[in-house]
Amino acid sequence: MTRGQKIEEKFFKALMILATYFILAILAIIIYSIFEKGLRSISWEMLTQVPQGGYYYGKGGGILNAILGSLALAAGATLLAFIIGLPVALYINVFLIRHKKVINVIRFLLDLVWGIPSIVYGAFGFSLMIFFGLQTSLLAGILTVTLFVLPIMIRSMDEILRTVPIGLQEAAYSLGSNKSEIAFKVFTRQSISGIITAVLLSFGRAIGDAAAVLFTAGYTDHMPNGLLEPVATLPLSIFFQLSSPVPEVQNRAYASALVLTLIILIVSLFSRGLGKRYHKTKINF
Amino acid sequence: MYLLNRKQRHVVNYTWMIISLLLVAFLPFLLFIGLYFKSVLLLHDYSLFDLIFSKSWKPASGQFGFYPFIVGSVWVTLVSMLISAPICLLTAIYVTQYTRKNFLRIMHPAIDILAGIPSVVYGLWGILVIVPFISRYLGPWLDVKTMGYSILAASFVLSIMIIPFILNILIEIFKAIPMELKEAALSLGATQWQTIKHVLLKKALPGIIAAFGFGLARAFGETMAVLMVVGNVVKLPKSLFDPGYTLPALIANNYGEMLSIPKYDSALMFAALLLLAVSLFFNLVMHFFIVRYNKF
Amino acid sequence: MDDKSKIEIRDLNVFAGKTQILKNINIDIPKNKITVILGPSGCGKTTLLKCLNRLTDLYPELKVSGQIMIDGNNILAAKEDIYKLRQQMGLLSQRPYPLPMTIYNNISYALKLRGIKNRRETHKLVMHYLEQANLWDEIKNRLREPASRLSIGQQQRLCLARGLAVNPEIILADEPTSALDPISSQFIEETFVRLKTDYTIVLVTHVLRQAKRIADNVVFMYLGDVIEQGSAEEVFGNPKMEKTRFYLSGTFN
Ligand SMILES: Nc1ncnc2c1ncn2[C@@H]1O[C@H](COP(=O)(O)OP(=O)(O)O)[C@@H](O)[C@H]1O
Ligand SMILES: [Mg+2]
Repeated sequence: MTRGQKIEEKFFKALMILATYFILAILAIIIYSIFEKGLRSISWEMLTQVPQGGYYYGKGGGILNAILGSLALAAGATLLAFIIGLPVALYINVFLIRHKKVINVIRFLLDLVWGIPSIVYGAFGFSLMIFFGLQTSLLAGILTVTLFVLPIMIRSMDEILRTVPIGLQEAAYSLGSNKSEIAFKVFTRQSISGIITAVLLSFGRAIGDAAAVLFTAGYTDHMPNGLLEPVATLPLSIFFQLSSPVPEVQNRAYASALVLTLIILIVSLFSRGLGKRYHKTKINF
Repeated sequence: MYLLNRKQRHVVNYTWMIISLLLVAFLPFLLFIGLYFKSVLLLHDYSLFDLIFSKSWKPASGQFGFYPFIVGSVWVTLVSMLISAPICLLTAIYVTQYTRKNFLRIMHPAIDILAGIPSVVYGLWGILVIVPFISRYLGPWLDVKTMGYSILAASFVLSIMIIPFILNILIEIFKAIPMELKEAALSLGATQWQTIKHVLLKKALPGIIAAFGFGLARAFGETMAVLMVVGNVVKLPKSLFDPGYTLPALIANNYGEMLSIPKYDSALMFAALLLLAVSLFFNLVMHFFIVRYNKF
Repeated sequence: MDDKSKIEIRDLNVFAGKTQILKNINIDIPKNKITVILGPSGCGKTTLLKCLNRLTDLYPELKVSGQIMIDGNNILAAKEDIYKLRQQMGLLSQRPYPLPMTIYNNISYALKLRGIKNRRETHKLVMHYLEQANLWDEIKNRLREPASRLSIGQQQRLCLARGLAVNPEIILADEPTSALDPISSQFIEETFVRLKTDYTIVLVTHVLRQAKRIADNVVFMYLGDVIEQGSAEEVFGNPKMEKTRFYLSGTFN
């Protein structure tokens, strides 16, 4: 190696180390600032009460409505996406297994849908609501978020299901099972931890998203009160509190952000404990 | 024990699968058609060219020029890519070529957490850290007047948000390069850096471009975080320190009023349609790019 | 010790964690001969080749100890200039891995690493090595195409030409014909036989007939051990060890 080459390699290696630690440092800073700000203003009252009159000008109350609303919305959307998504993932991996081209088209479509920004889903949901003359509601929010997490749900289950060995399928056939029995019994049982990971991943996405629910779920200071009523969500409550000119209310936004971040961290911790990571883009050389 | 016999259950299961599959397969088209029919009202009265290139945005008097929003979106997207692309590339090379496997065990959870943090929280962090940093330190230091809420702030927050997304893809790409190719280059007497520079980067190039393309599409549609720090001023930004406005922010900020002004809802749905088109276009192009390149 | 030995391997041990991949290997590899390494798969042949040009450095989990003397220098002790050292050997792997460049550049890149920058000389040498690898006539009009467009057999010969282009004294080949059709395999074999007047060739193979056709010297390995080594007539004609006899009669693998 010449001197020049050595210097060049050292230079780029230094840049690489810098970039890597930059990312880690930014993560640390984000987590630190959320916790530092949030812990200072979080209180028992915030977690257990709904906003009282004048909450957004600094009066008492809390964000229980948003916490419960978000949990309900995310749970509903995840459940629905699961009910639609699991059969699709199974269908791809059991029924279409010999039709590689069809599978590829479906996976490609799913990846396309995955890339669509959530605000587009929000706008789409909104235009549907107007079309059907519906009000903002928990149900509308759930339906919109379902569409949004559906590709995530399907593709992550698909990645797990495609690893089920062919031998297992053949063994099940030889025992006289039909295809849908194989799909729902053999495949599901074999990939249960991966399926749970997919569900948790979708739940995390669903609960963190604001743009899709902005139009469709509405907002309310009351507790969630049935599928056809508007519902408060955590991301929006953060957003609204932050827009307040009153510093005290802004502090509550930090506390709410802490709550949301904690929920998501816990969910991702669970899914990490369960299974393998899923990678969207597979490129083979 | 069962309500239905085996045969019937099979039929039910099968139908359920097919219906779900059809729903999913037609989703992109459904979205497109839905948004198109809402925005057709606007397209009826204005030419596409006018909508895209007119600078005047006065919904109350019927002027719908999307140019400032498009420019804002393009600025924010490009600058955020300029920040995150080199960082992601360097990091991906470092963690796949220079560190031991254990390091990825630290890196993967870090990437996952970054990817999991919600958009609103990024926005809040931007307001908390980035905006004051720009208005109090960076602006005065560079001798420009800025409120902090600016294209730059949005780009920076956005670049952090898309790092996990791009980095994940890049790491997969570098991991997929066969060890033997590296060995082949090294056996010729190349140094590790020469191997990376001349062989691995070349091999990975289509993948790298695709990763950046996917990242770009993702950045273009990002809403809440950008909305919170970009300033939301309908004006063509002259510098990175000026506030701006983006297409997603336009939709999100005005959904409340859109029913009270004629054609306003159409205009917002047109903005959503634009976003959808850009997203589909980029993902489509990048997909075929990878497929084509893999044949060589 | 035979003073015509090009490579002398002494007490070579390779561990991956607690498992021992190579166990106290001692081999003499004669100059300008074809030495064939035989053995069932998983016995450590590839690892042995990787030790010879220090590609084991790439795998931090591998611990290598012992001595490998090439022309009297212990390459395992070398700290600097592993790059020079690797250029003493051309490597041919199980499947061809052309560099992601044109056919021409696959060779010229190797030349550049060797320090040859002059255009005219590069041209001449590219042609020379492609001829040596028995490929020139087939591809002389396609030099600017991506190397990946060649057939597998052509790619493997391109890789051989590339390996020769660093001007090595030794050729290391790891089952180089296992992915190839019979015609391409024959091309490679013939090339080896022709090249051995100038090069010391170490060939790992699982094709017994190939070994019998071209080996001058044979090393038989089993589960990380060298069971038997010697001239081809000795080992094939009159194997001393039971395991070797089993292997040669095709009882295992
Ligand atoms: N980097 C490594 N880490 C752990 N084990 C390895 C590594 N490389 C090779 N081995 C193991 O060493 C043994 C010999 O492998 P190899 O040298 O490839 O055998 P051969 O080429 O004779 O088939 C195998 O059991 C293999 O699993
Ligand atoms: Mg081998």
